[in-house]
Amino acid sequence: MLQKLEPVDGRRNMKDPKIQESVNAIVRVAHGMEMEPAIHPAVTHLKDNEVVLRIKEFSLWYGKTQTLFRISMDIPKGKVTALIGPSGCGKSTLLRSVNRLNDLIDGVRISGDMLLNGDSIYAPEVDVIELRKRMGMVAQKPNPFPMSIYENVVFPLRIDGIRDRRILDEVCERSLRGAALWDEVKDRLQDSALALSGGQQQRLCIARAIAADPEVLLMDEPASSLDPIATAKVEELIHQLRGEYTILIVTHNMQQAARLSDFTAFMYMGRLIEYAPTGILFVKPQLKETEDYILGRFG
Amino acid sequence: MYVETVTPEQPQKITTSQHGSKAVKRFVALSSYGSPYLWLMGGMLGISLVMIVGLLLLILVMGSSTFWPQKIVQFETVDGKRHLGEITRTETYKPSNEQVGELPEAYRNKARQFLESQEGFSKRYLVRTGNYELTNTHFHWISDFQIQNTTYPEWAFVWERVSWGRFYGILKGFQVDGKTVTEDPWETYRLFQEQFPGVQKKRKQIYHLEKEVLGSLNSRLEKARLKVREKELNLKKATGESREARQRELQEAIDAYSSLKEKLEAEYGNVRSRIETLKAETKRHGVLMQVTDGSVVPVPLATIVRGYPANQLGWLEKLSVYWDRWKEFLLEEPREANSEGGVFPAIFGTVVMTLLMSLVVSPLGVIAALYLREYARAGVLVSAVRIALNNLAGVPSIVFGVFGLGFFCYFLGTSIDRLFFEARLPNPTFGTGGLLWSALTLALLTLPVVIVASEEVLAAVPNSMREGAYACGASKWQTIQRIVIPRALPGILTGMILAMARGAGEVAPLMLVGAVKLAPELPIDGNFPFIHLERSFMHLGFHIYDVGFQSQNSEAAKPMVFTTTLLLILIIVILNLVAIYLRNRLYRKFISREV
Ligand SMILES: Nc1ncnc2c1ncn2[C@@H]1O[C@H](COP(=O)(O)OP(=O)(O)OP(=O)(O)O)[C@@H](O)[C@H]1O
Ligand SMILES: [Mg+2]
Repeated sequence: MLQKLEPVDGRRNMKDPKIQESVNAIVRVAHGMEMEPAIHPAVTHLKDNEVVLRIKEFSLWYGKTQTLFRISMDIPKGKVTALIGPSGCGKSTLLRSVNRLNDLIDGVRISGDMLLNGDSIYAPEVDVIELRKRMGMVAQKPNPFPMSIYENVVFPLRIDGIRDRRILDEVCERSLRGAALWDEVKDRLQDSALALSGGQQQRLCIARAIAADPEVLLMDEPASSLDPIATAKVEELIHQLRGEYTILIVTHNMQQAARLSDFTAFMYMGRLIEYAPTGILFVKPQLKETEDYILGRFG
Repeated sequence: MYVETVTPEQPQKITTSQHGSKAVKRFVALSSYGSPYLWLMGGMLGISLVMIVGLLLLILVMGSSTFWPQKIVQFETVDGKRHLGEITRTETYKPSNEQVGELPEAYRNKARQFLESQEGFSKRYLVRTGNYELTNTHFHWISDFQIQNTTYPEWAFVWERVSWGRFYGILKGFQVDGKTVTEDPWETYRLFQEQFPGVQKKRKQIYHLEKEVLGSLNSRLEKARLKVREKELNLKKATGESREARQRELQEAIDAYSSLKEKLEAEYGNVRSRIETLKAETKRHGVLMQVTDGSVVPVPLATIVRGYPANQLGWLEKLSVYWDRWKEFLLEEPREANSEGGVFPAIFGTVVMTLLMSLVVSPLGVIAALYLREYARAGVLVSAVRIALNNLAGVPSIVFGVFGLGFFCYFLGTSIDRLFFEARLPNPTFGTGGLLWSALTLALLTLPVVIVASEEVLAAVPNSMREGAYACGASKWQTIQRIVIPRALPGILTGMILAMARGAGEVAPLMLVGAVKLAPELPIDGNFPFIHLERSFMHLGFHIYDVGFQSQNSEAAKPMVFTTTLLLILIIVILNLVAIYLRNRLYRKFISREV
């Protein structure tokens, strides 16, 4: 469809010059014209110890189709960074690349690298299992395991071979409280996790993700299947976790991004378009594309 | 985009308004009408259902009616003979002229008239008349035009006996030590009921003595003999200075054997004489029966299993006979070349074999499926393995039997015998058909079912669950062990159910690798080591084949085919129900509310 479009004025009968400009922007990206991403100095001149995750020239292919294009960005320590962008632009892919979940998919190829606290993630000698233990992840769709609520939460500890009931109990309660689920399930911890509602399952997955005290928390639309009250609880949780954890969160909800995050990155068609402190990105975006997306003109 | 496109290929609709009043009849593909296909599919389903339900119903009706006590009818035929027995089957046929010609002169015309009134057709009855030792037959065909008189004698009795089949007659008296004590049927019946339990008890004692006591004596002696044989073999192999020690050992064994033999022989004689006295005691009482030729014959109580005045039974008494027969069928051993008595050893053999098979096939199949699905890289080799598996499922089961016989019994079995049971040679221990080899053969037979079913369920485990586990830092094995297997377990059980049903109903390979017509011992008993995997065993499927097609008295055995089939189906249903119950519990635990 996009092939039919060309960035030439006047071909189509479009009155609003703003729309025309946006279309041109889309077409520029679609044609793979190299565009320098607009990255705010606040996130370019970070010291090494302020950065938790450094993404360097990262590209990814699913088979023959390239999904991520030379993405470079630094995720600051102890802050909440939001990834926004239209559906299919590669936010989940980027997130899953951080803990190398994409390794599991046949035919995935990458180039570039990421550094977690200075350690390469994609170097050949990296122990992927150890790497993943340093991160927690909340998937886009809740994925509780077929076991009890309790076992779900302490799963990351179980696989480390921790058997001490005291530790497990404590972690379970702390994580569930953290995910604002404790009061709802404290009387039925031994029930199957699959009997929980969708929103409860989502929070259970959050509890599981924070159980092992990860360095980075990756959240892919953690509030997508939650009602406003539960969403508020999860947002409250993210607020609390800020500072303690570094959080990388994908969201489709602009207000949420604006409320929650310290920094926001706008992605489009596999590229990083703009990356800046949230206050700046939402108020005074550098690029036309970003502004259009934020104001809901496309995507 | 704002441009609306019209693709030129899109057919233009022809409407009557464009063409005035000329209605254009459009061609409409048959496939656009749903209903014929619906009927077709419904019809197919209906046919399949009718066939399945029909078969099950036939088995159910025939199988469950076998044991219901019938009335005893007495036909008086025109040639003056009488036939006493139960009607087992009725059919209509067209008698030939010669058949009528064989009748006595006086009745021929009457019979012809009778046949003409029925358009030449006659009804004939298959009457089970029993009394094989007197008449040399168990059954008689009697056609309606031969019948002069039909009665149901009040004191007609049927005796089911330990051997020679059933005995039909009219109760005439009771004998003690060869002397008639009464000729009154009521008194006779009362005496029978009084004496019979004692006789049964003694018979049980005799059985116990013969089977268990003598059996254990024999096995003790056999063990001592094996020891001697073993020492002999050791001596043969020994060289140099160890020979002397071996020689001494052999001598010790021989001495032990002969002293044991002496001791046991005394015991043996003891038991024998006890058996003889018991036997003599059971032979003291007998009932006198009048048979159809008018003579009176004694039937010793020792030979009787069950008996009842068939024409006097009320509904409840019939039910109790019916129940009693089922009990015998389920709990006793067969008699009379399997056509009478129970099938307990066969039930036992079937269940033990099926469980053993499941025990072997489930881990094998599940591990194979796990490897194929979780570890093996998709490629030519894996595809080839899959194709081979699917083809394996289509190999005729007898081929598995041949393989089992060749590989398990002859190759593995004889090797085991040579290594561990040398003393028993040339009698094979594992080198012949047996429980273990049967279970292994059937495990091989059902392996494709389990693998294919398990693979399917493993594939159905949502990837998001696996990813969740990996994201927590689980290794591949931890993910499989803690997430994939529990989640797939209910489905794996379903595969096992299928395999069990298939395995339990299989006969052909078993005929080669261990199922026998009559096994002297159960595969599990009280003698060390309690589970005798090398023993041959009885199997319901084989029993059906044997009773139905190899039996001398096939007419009497026929109903047993249905009853045994019914039982086999019931056992499979029960095994399935247990597995389904387990699966549902697991299902509720692991999967239920997941969307
Ligand atoms: N396993 C896969 N194999 C092939 N292509 C994939 C795979 N997963 C994602 N893609 C493709 O990669 C692109 C980016 O997908 P991704 O899931 O990262 O988008 P997203 O930004 O998270 O979208 P959404 O907001 O809808 O979740 C999409 O075009 C998608 O079709
Ligand atoms: Mg996504």
